Amino acid sequence: MERYYQPEIECASREQILDWQNERLVKQVRHVWDNVPYYRKKMEEKKVTPSDIKGVDDLYKLPFLTKDDLREAYPYGLLAKPLRDCVRIQSTSGTTGRRVVAFYTQHDVDLWDECCARAIVAAGGTNEDVCHVCYGYGLFTGGPGLNGGSHKVGCLTLPMSSGNTDRQLQFMVDLGSTILCCTPSYAAYLAESIIERGLQDKIKLKAGIFGAEAWSEEMRQDIQKKLGIKAYDIYGLTEISGPGVSFECSEQTGMHINEDHFIAEIIDPDTGEVLPEGSKGELVFTSITKEAFPLLRYRTRDICVLSRKPCSCGRTHVKMSKPMGRSDDMLIIKGVNVFPSQIETVLMEQGYAANYQIIVDRVNNSDTLEVQVEMTPEMFSDKLSQVAEMEKQLVGALKSMLGILSKVTLVAPKTIQRSEGKAVRIIDKRKI
Amino acid sequence: MTVKQISVFVTNMTGGLAEVSGVLGSSGVDIRALSIADTKDFGILRIIVDAPDKAVSALTGSGYIVKVTEVLAVPIKDAPGGLSEVLTVLAEAGIFIEYLYAFATRTNAQDAYVVLRVPDNEEAEKALTSKGIKLLAPEEIYNI
Repeated sequence: MERYYQPEIECASREQILDWQNERLVKQVRHVWDNVPYYRKKMEEKKVTPSDIKGVDDLYKLPFLTKDDLREAYPYGLLAKPLRDCVRIQSTSGTTGRRVVAFYTQHDVDLWDECCARAIVAAGGTNEDVCHVCYGYGLFTGGPGLNGGSHKVGCLTLPMSSGNTDRQLQFMVDLGSTILCCTPSYAAYLAESIIERGLQDKIKLKAGIFGAEAWSEEMRQDIQKKLGIKAYDIYGLTEISGPGVSFECSEQTGMHINEDHFIAEIIDPDTGEVLPEGSKGELVFTSITKEAFPLLRYRTRDICVLSRKPCSCGRTHVKMSKPMGRSDDMLIIKGVNVFPSQIETVLMEQGYAANYQIIVDRVNNSDTLEVQVEMTPEMFSDKLSQVAEMEKQLVGALKSMLGILSKVTLVAPKTIQRSEGKAVRIIDKRKI
Repeated sequence: MTVKQISVFVTNMTGGLAEVSGVLGSSGVDIRALSIADTKDFGILRIIVDAPDKAVSALTGSGYIVKVTEVLAVPIKDAPGGLSEVLTVLAEAGIFIEYLYAFATRTNAQDAYVVLRVPDNEEAEKALTSKGIKLLAPEEIYNI
């Protein structure tokens, strides 16, 4: 039987949800207008005032926010509450020089935790469960989000964070973890490790909540079979709160967006025009309950489809498909946001030419990143040790910029493929 | 007294070396000695040729990355203990060897030659000549 964390909200009528959205949006626009000069200026440029926004139907009148705005306004430009009211920051993986920082009041953290709690309960979680969280903890929202949700549900929470597979498996066996929260690629890796060590009979997992990176239906089937669990998708982004913006239910046909907190729109990424329901386009979120960092019409760059078809789970909130791609050149590798421009910056700093190619692949269900860069006469040496040392330095510099390990391959000049004079920068071989 | 060694960056791929040697061959450059240091992805081809300047311009003209380094060429007896004699002199003088490679020729059956890359050519030369070991002059090796 389907269970809910907040049935009165999750299964509310469409009219009720719309009432909440109308009321909260009007209030939120006023809050932003009064407290965020950066966005107020954008509204003024579009000749919109809070009195023009009477409900969700007027949403289209508001200006968009993009990741560039967030970088420009870094760190405090979009903050809508005095710092004395804020209790937490989270941050996205680095971008060219500037990170994106999001602020939370205690109220914001509580609502975020509730969103994650809904996801855990939808995956069958109760206070009898042992919730094993091996998303990274720290600035990354994965660990803190699921950790908070797990507390709300009353699960025994294992704040494992990522890495150290031996320790993960030991706790999983010794403490009888029943719900696993991590990236799908790490889940696949853990599944392999469990089979290799013959631990299948010793684990008690029943469900997994996997997100922060793209994964296919085949991968889901594979993980479900190997771990003997049901695998649920979860979606979110730091800018809007973190994981739990939307989550899967037992039907596993898309993720319910928590519409009492976030209004979703699908737009044409080129024109910005709002598209009718069922169209494929860029997902845009407006957060209507966040106090400290309330983003209005934030363009996620994720391409997907929304559906309001009734769901067999009983939830009434709109469902989004898995993101089908990006409307910018951002890559998500091992759950980390990577922009080619970041790689370019590192190469220039290290003295390489801007001629490079990024090759992303998925080997044994885990993402790999290879950076091919052309050798230059200045960097070349007759001594192998010197060239190897340079290569090592480049790997280190990329690691500190991107947060993930990459393989560097030095290639001869003019060997990187060019099409009509323009270099092909990204080759994504992943079949998701 | 040093000789010019040309190092060429070569990507690891089938036909890569054939291409480099083809460039040298068609510009009439004769290779005297050769060695390769390789990794999984690329190699560094090091050569001593009869006409270094011609080789460099032919290679750079074909888009190769090259580097010219001054190295030492030392004749050694082509007999057991020949190499050891030279290396012992350097070891006793506390001279580190970055890399070396050896070659023999058909003109002088008694001698082999070893090419040495050391941090300081002058220092190594002094150590060798003080023990009566004579270095090969550029024109000697280019004309072998």
